[in-house]
Amino acid sequence: MTVIDPSLRQQRREQTLMVLLASPAALVILGLVIVPVGWLSFQSIYDGGFTLEHYRRIFSEDIYWRSFALTFRIAVMVTLITLLLGYPLAYAAVRARRPWDVLILACVILPFWTSVLVRAYAWLVLLQRTGVANQALRNLGLIDEPLAMVHNELGTVIATVHILLPFMVLPLYATMQKIPRDLLMAGASLGGAPAHVFRRVFLPLSLPGVIAGTTLVFVLTLGFYITPELLGGGRTVMISMLVSRNVELYNQWGAASAVGVVLLVCVLAIFAAVNRIVPLDKLLGQK
Amino acid sequence: MATKRITSLLAGAAGLIALTAAANAAEQMTFVSQGGAYQKAQTVAILDPAAKKLGITINQESIPDAWPVMRSQVATGKPTWDVVDVATNFCLRGGEQGIVEKLDFSKLPNAAAMPADYRSDYSIVYETYSTVLGYSTAKFAKAEAAPQSWADFWDVKKFPGRRSLRNHPLATLEIALMADGVPADKLYPLDVDRAFKKLEEIKPHITVWWTSGAQSAQLLNDGEVDMIQAWNGRISAIMKEGAKVNYTYNQGILQHTSLCMLKGAPNQATAYKFLNEAVDPTLQANLPLHIDYGPGNPKAFETSVIPAARVKELPSAPENAKIQALMSYAWWTSPAGEAAEKRWVCSSRSDRMSPRLPARRLRIAGMTGCEWDDRA
Repeated sequence: MTVIDPSLRQQRREQTLMVLLASPAALVILGLVIVPVGWLSFQSIYDGGFTLEHYRRIFSEDIYWRSFALTFRIAVMVTLITLLLGYPLAYAAVRARRPWDVLILACVILPFWTSVLVRAYAWLVLLQRTGVANQALRNLGLIDEPLAMVHNELGTVIATVHILLPFMVLPLYATMQKIPRDLLMAGASLGGAPAHVFRRVFLPLSLPGVIAGTTLVFVLTLGFYITPELLGGGRTVMISMLVSRNVELYNQWGAASAVGVVLLVCVLAIFAAVNRIVPLDKLLGQK
Repeated sequence: MATKRITSLLAGAAGLIALTAAANAAEQMTFVSQGGAYQKAQTVAILDPAAKKLGITINQESIPDAWPVMRSQVATGKPTWDVVDVATNFCLRGGEQGIVEKLDFSKLPNAAAMPADYRSDYSIVYETYSTVLGYSTAKFAKAEAAPQSWADFWDVKKFPGRRSLRNHPLATLEIALMADGVPADKLYPLDVDRAFKKLEEIKPHITVWWTSGAQSAQLLNDGEVDMIQAWNGRISAIMKEGAKVNYTYNQGILQHTSLCMLKGAPNQATAYKFLNEAVDPTLQANLPLHIDYGPGNPKAFETSVIPAARVKELPSAPENAKIQALMSYAWWTSPAGEAAEKRWVCSSRSDRMSPRLPARRLRIAGMTGCEWDDRA
């Protein structure tokens, strides 16, 4: 005969309460994420009968894998550029004194509240042949012929970097702010030159932020649609555009679903890989 | 003068009919078009006068993409729409799929009097517009030194400059064939392979493949491109605002939207009256007074309602129609047409990605969807 430990009972009751509290959120996730993704996967293999035709097409047709390659190339470029721009920005925001740090963050976040569509058009106006950028360069005598900065991959990358910069800066800023200043001072007091202290102390401690930012930006770029559609000149065909074309022209939801599933698997693989370096719970807890 | 006389005559007639119609008042029907300035212009030019003359109430709805709704309304068995104004191919496809009523032309004398090209068992052409060659007059100051045909558009040596085509096969394949020397009246059935082959030639010189009409106007207006495939109304709109651009109807593609009746439409008797009235030459002639589209009924040009100067600008004016190709929506709705539309995704869109993807390679991909027309 064992007497049930009252603390155990207490624990069970707490667990039940937790389950109850979490169930609305769980229902939302079930209804809005699990079921649609399940339906998506099902559609990709069922087209009047089970078939892997859609997947075969993705892996055998040039247009699909080239589009995947292009999308990943753009994602890598965007990620690297946002990191190069975002790291110094976040660092400056952390080290700056009062009004300045707020100002830096405001400059990063304010455009974030403007519609993506509006910003894409704004870049179109700025970068086109007769746009502000080309006019300025011409007036300065730096170029004779206008540069092709939009309606191509370059325009897509520029606008995407602009749109995703906050997703890099904010996790970096959050991480950097948690790095105790004392550590830097300790490093300095032990005779480390500022550059040395930065490299050996600050940089390694800020790495979780770097990984969080790069993962976010990379994954978001993979799914970008409206920016390449408007600024790619109809030639920069990213995966999301293939999905929409499949639905619009082929009216083939199965083919579109298969592309979606492959992209989803890629994203999950990336998260799994990142998870091995920095556990995801820690990474997400940072935010 | 003539205009006034006809208008007063019309008003008189409308008054008379209104009196007789008062007896069986509350005759209603629902008409659906695409909204915006276009629907407003129709309301003033055609819908209101027709309603007055017939003594009926026309309930208007607007939707940019009516096709899916047409399908779902008919599928429920209780459609609420009666008459729809859509791109003609949807009327034809609707007829094939049992979504659109077969029309009884004995009840439609005005439509029956239209040329055979302008009607089918399921559709009556309602308004016209053209896909034309537009160019910058800043770049090509003299009209005779400007590109005036699609062969010129393809001639990158004689006409250097930046070019843009629509990112859609409709009209673009016709353009490619005309550039390759096919006469405008011998286009259909389209030689799809030949068209795609010709497109390969110009692809490296296309700066932008545009997707929306507004974008096409912006590209030409801002000097982003020097010549472009565009809809006549888009170019004339920016010309009015002073943009240094022009266009030619030569080798344009005359396109149209049509009226069709939903299968099982609730107010068919009223809808028939309306359909006949909507293509009445005089009411049709009103339309171009309010918007840059041409009347669907060519007889509108015989009414002298449209001022001579205005006639010259209209896509379906006899002088302009003569030098254009009339789009065959029947071909585009055929299996070959639908296959060509699907093929577009695989080839034309992706010059960057498959610079010279040889036809042989595409054919190997045959079963995989990129060369559907091979199977069709």
